[in-house]
Formats: sequence, structure tokens, C-alpha cells
Amino acid sequence: NLRNLKRICNQEPTITKVQFVHLHIQSSGQQLEAVAVETASAEPNPLSVFRTSEQDPTYHSEGHSGQYYMLPPAHIQKLFPYGLPPRFQLQIKTFNEGCVMVRPPALELISYLKRADYSKPPLRYVLYGDIGTGKTMSLCHALHYCYTQGWLIVHIPDAHLWIKNCKELLPSSSRPSRFDQPIQASQWLKNFKITNERFLSKLKTTQRYVWTKRESTEKGQPLGELIDQGVNRMKSSSDVVGAVLRELKLQAGGTTEGEGAFKLAVAVDGVNALWGKTSLKKEDRTMPEELTLIHNLRKMMKNNWSGGAILTALSQTGSVFKPRSAYLPNELLGEEGFDSMEPFVPVSVSNYNEKEFESCYLYYLDRSWLQHPHSRSEEGKKELIFLCNKNPSILERLCAAL
Amino acid sequence: MAASSCRGVRSILWKYGSCGKNFCVSRSKTVPQLPVRHICVSSALWKKNLAAAGPQKFTLEFINKQVEEFEIGKRHLANMMGEDPETFTQEDIDRSIAYLFPSGLFEKRARPVMKHPEEIFPKQTAVQWDAEGRPFHFLFYTGQQSYYSLLHDVYEKILAMERHQDNMRNKGLFTSETKQILLTGSRWLLKEEIEEYLVENISDHDYMRMIQLMEKLLSMPYCSLEEEFILKFRKQLEVQSSKHEIPALQYDPQGVTFSVADGRRKTAKASITLRDSGSGNITINGRNYLHYFPLLQDREQLMFPLHFVGMLGRFDVEGSVEGSGHSAQAGALRLAISRALLSFVSEGEVEKMRQAGLLTADPRIKERKKPGQEGARKKFTWKKR
Repeated sequence: NLRNLKRICNQEPTITKVQFVHLHIQSSGQQLEAVAVETASAEPNPLSVFRTSEQDPTYHSEGHSGQYYMLPPAHIQKLFPYGLPPRFQLQIKTFNEGCVMVRPPALELISYLKRADYSKPPLRYVLYGDIGTGKTMSLCHALHYCYTQGWLIVHIPDAHLWIKNCKELLPSSSRPSRFDQPIQASQWLKNFKITNERFLSKLKTTQRYVWTKRESTEKGQPLGELIDQGVNRMKSSSDVVGAVLRELKLQAGGTTEGEGAFKLAVAVDGVNALWGKTSLKKEDRTMPEELTLIHNLRKMMKNNWSGGAILTALSQTGSVFKPRSAYLPNELLGEEGFDSMEPFVPVSVSNYNEKEFESCYLYYLDRSWLQHPHSRSEEGKKELIFLCNKNPSILERLCAAL
Repeated sequence: MAASSCRGVRSILWKYGSCGKNFCVSRSKTVPQLPVRHICVSSALWKKNLAAAGPQKFTLEFINKQVEEFEIGKRHLANMMGEDPETFTQEDIDRSIAYLFPSGLFEKRARPVMKHPEEIFPKQTAVQWDAEGRPFHFLFYTGQQSYYSLLHDVYEKILAMERHQDNMRNKGLFTSETKQILLTGSRWLLKEEIEEYLVENISDHDYMRMIQLMEKLLSMPYCSLEEEFILKFRKQLEVQSSKHEIPALQYDPQGVTFSVADGRRKTAKASITLRDSGSGNITINGRNYLHYFPLLQDREQLMFPLHFVGMLGRFDVEGSVEGSGHSAQAGALRLAISRALLSFVSEGEVEKMRQAGLLTADPRIKERKKPGQEGARKKFTWKKR
């Protein structure tokens, strides 16, 4: 009986006659009544309780809290080539749509972004919380808002990938005692290009960069060229990343000549990696002290520029040498990191509450993800609540394919 | 053995030799001290072959003497422990012996014990024939006199019942709805128990025969007349669920009911407080159960008792557990939760839980490593030569 909790993956069904047990949610915090609804028509109920048709994060408010909104596929391709968590990407592929739940932490973050003053140095927002509560997803939601507002996005999906498991570690060409990671840098540059295509021709470099004896980028060249340089010449890609970040820092806020001001959103997931220990070693088994990419990112984190915002999220899952129970900022960032990040605005992310869990459950039912008939009953729902304690990632894994 | 026998022979010859010498020579009072060869043989020669002699026979006077000694010893023990000799029961004796002779042996039957001789010495039949060798019982020569006499009695009763039935029919008072003997909750005595009752060995076939005869007796109407006789051969089964100790329901200062229970599994000890507060929080050793048991299997174990009685979201569990590994800790917590639930649940549910196996403590522990082997079961590499 207990073993029957495993669900089987299903392809897209055509819902002809479906009997739902809808829990009628009037607004947040009110009582739930059980109403049985029978849809006799062929098309599914377009405005189910757990979905909202509002696709623009700008207009999301508390009223939408707990409801799913659909990410437009075009946006997903552009904005999040590798930005979304891998399991969520699988889910998008399975369900043929990317739906994100509107939750209070993301709403809070977006409201701060709306009200911030962009002539001042950027505010740093740190999303923190227990494992699997939805920090990365909230970050992605806020980033979607920035994208729809036309900001320039600098998104590092997981900073931990830059401090561990790097296949190639080259000594830096420009500075001794620094190390380059060509593969990671070029990968990131490619993604950056896809996300911010329209800005690439508009922005120009402010100084001359010399890469090798024969190659250099002159002042006033469009940023796109700089990026191509980095993508083509892997050896200097890490330095290119540093240059790009520097350019963006200088030009954000539109104080310099560029046509139209743009706002810069720096989003880093797993920001505690920047100040932690690396697990990388040189050939003769000693740890590199400085990695070019990490060094440049750290400079980015400082708020000595203006015209943007720094959105970060902590992450324990990818971190090296950190205990599993650590989730608070001071534990994960360490002393050094905490001092560098200070002052920041902490935003806490927690497990689903009743309404959000309800919503997620209904969404899975709607997508026919919960196949077992027992899961449709109250009993099954209580079992699910117990086994995952309303933790989003554990719920997702619980309902996952075998 | 051979050497000693040689020596023995030699010594005998020597003795004869010495005797002969004595005869030849005139008997004088001072017989020259002849060296005597001590016969040294192994003690195995002197041991009697006990198996060949048969089981020990205890005479009646021996048993009586043992009984007297036991009674006197009981009074001495009572005086030693400072209690009243008149009201000194067997449990008191057991307690006192355990106190005076503490034993670390695992096998309970190997520990020192002081019981009535009837329980210690096996029951033996008294002598069954008189001074002239004539047996008392008419069925003695069957070899199993008590068994056959029992069968004989039962058949007598069957015949008597048939005669009674005929009488009733003649009088016209025959009814087939007579009082039936209640047989639920009891079982026939086992073969070992019958053997103990009859003080004889019987075979499986004999036992089956006897049970068939008793069943025949039961199948007749008017069997209630022999109810007392039949019940002698039936043993009452205990109601298992009455054995479980239900923890007491206590009340918080805020009025919330809670109960406390323990559970154990394979060196892991768990102790929990189950509160009837209406939320489903579970805290183990101060941490959330989601953090303490990242494995789904362990959380399913915790869920099982609550899901079985259907009270998933109702209780708050606050537990502490130590020892062993994660699986054993989950098992210990499960047992503790089931025991604590007993006080919130009705009698029928208790029986269902017992049958589901929620209330049984898992007796499996790590098996001991034996000498001459790698582990408990694994042997060293076997080499043919």
C-alpha cells in the first residue's frame, strides 16, 4: 500500500470528461469548501483556481499568490538557456509548458525592485532558506520581471560550477598567480549573448583591451565583438568576462554616452561559492588562490556602481565543505563573504503553506502527473503532506517518475 | 589402556606369586612387606555408561525427602530475607534467589533456581505391579496403559451418551438444540502436553486417534453432560491484545492531551511525546523530521502508524532517539508512536494494530560472530587440501 505512492510519467492527455475535486479558494486566508465540478465539454477549464492568466510579472500581486503563471516559451529560450534548475527544465519538457508559482518571496523582491532608486548604488538582495524551498525559482521569477522590463541581465546560474569540477585550469595570460577557466567562461559568454542580444550592438567599449601580441579590441567597438573574441579565443575568455563585467558596470545607469539608459541586473545563484573554498587543484596539488572569474565576480558584487540591482541566492546543495544543516547567510557566506555582502536585504524563502501546497497539488493533478487513483483522495493528499512536509523539491521528487 | 592392563596382570601375578611364596614359607607374623604396585587406570574405566542404564529413577522416599528439604529451605530463606515464612510465595523465592545469587548468564534456564521438587524432578510412574509381579491395571500389557485407559473411558462416555439419547427418544423428550460447549478461545492440548498428563510417551498416530475420538464425543448431542471432562483437555488461549500496556493519557497545562511512549529496535532507543494539537509537526532530537530523515523510506516508517489509524494531520510528535543507524532509529520511533497511539484509539483498533504488526517489537539483532569463522555465517576460505 505504501509502495503504491510512486507515480508514472504520462504523455499529454486530451481531457474529455474529467471529474475534479476542486477546493474553492476565494482569496488567501479564507476557508476552503469542497465542491465537485464536472466538466462535460472537451476543452479544459481555462481559468482553474491554481492558474492565473497574468503572464507579466510586473502585474503580479498578493492576489496571485499561490497561483501558477506560464512562462512564455520565447522568453524561456532567450532568458534561461541554462538558468533554470535542471529538474525544472525536465518538468518543462514533460508538461510542454513552464509554469512558475507566484510566491511571497518573489513578490517581495519584485516590489523592492519596483520601488528602488536607480541613481544610487545598487541594493543587494540575498535569498536564503532551507534546502529545496524555492530560492532559485524565486530568483528566476524576479529575473523574468527584469527581462520584461528591458533590463540587461547578467545571470550566473550556479557559481559553484566555477569552483569545482573544472576540467581545464590554465594560468592566466594577463596576470601571474591567477588561474583561468576557459570552458566555463566561454560557455557563460555564449549564454550572455543569447540573453542580451539587443544590447550588444548598442553598447561600446570604453578602452582598449589587448589580448595577445596580435589581438586587441579597440576603444569604441560594440560589445558584441568583445564577446565574440572571448568565444572564439578560449585562452583569453576569462579575461573577456572580466572586461565585459567592467564595461557593464561603467555603463549601467546611462551616465555615459550610450543611447538610452539601461538597468543592470546581476543575478548570481549560489553566491556563497564566491567566498568559500575551492576544490580545484593545480597540477602539483596545491590550491589556486585566485580564479579570474571569481575575482571579477567579487568585484561585481561590490556596490560601487549605480543603475541596477544585485540579486543573489544562497545554495547549500552545490557548496563544497559546508554542512547540510547550514542555511543562514552568515553560516553559508562565511565571515569574509558576509562582510563583503553587507549591507544586504535578506529575503527568506520557506516551505509551501497550505494554499500553495493545494495549488501545487492541483497543478499536478491537472497535468495528470499524479496517476494513482489514491492520490486524488483526501487520504492521499494527507500522505503527501506528511511525507514531504510541504517542501517543494521533496514534493516534486516524491511525485517524480520512477 | 593396554599398558595399564598389562600392569594389572603383572600385579595380579605378583600377588599370586607372593601368596605362593607365603604358602611355601612358613607363616610368620612379620610378613615381609612386598611392594604393591598401584594400579593406575584412567578414570574413564570407572565411569558407568549412564545412557545404557536408562533414565534416573527417583524413589518415593527420595522425592518426599526433597520436598521436606524444600519446605525447610523456604522458611530459612524467608527468615534470611526478613519476611514472614508463612506467606512466602514462589515469586518471593524467585526474587530472593535472583538477589542472593546474581547471574550474568543469558540463558534463563541456566541460572540458579529454587523450585518445588515436583517441578524439578520429572514425573515418574509409581511401581505398577504388586509384590508377586502382577500388574495393577488391566491394560498394563498394552505398554501404554494410561493412554488406552483414557481411550477406553472416552468410548464408555460415548456409549453412555448414546444410551441417554435413546432414553430421551423413548420418552419423547429428544431435542437436537441442546446446550453446546463453548470451544472458541481454546485449543486441544498439544501432544507434549498430553504426554505430560499421561506420564507416558505416545506417538503422533496415537495423538491423532485420541483427538478424533474427542471430536466424535463433541459431535453428539447432549455432549454438554461431559463438558467438564472435555474441558480438561482443552487449553484456553490468552487474548493477545490484553497484554499490551496502554500508556496513560496525560493533560498539559494548556489542556492538550498527550501521551509518552518508548520504542526500541536493534540498539536504537526512542522516546516520544504525542500531542493532540491538530498540526502535523514532527520534531526529532530538536530537528525537523525532514532534515533528520532525508531518506523517504524512514519517513514512510514514521507515517505508517498514523496513516493506519487515519490520524495523519492530527498529532504533534516530539521525539528523541539515539543509537544504531537511521533505519533502526526509524523503526524504534515507529514502535514508540504506535504505543503512544494506543491511548487515543479504541479497543478494536488496538487489535487491528496488533495484527498489522505495529505493536510487535522487532526481535532481530546482530548475530554473534563465531570463532573459527569470518563472521556470523561467513566461513574462511575452504581449501580442499
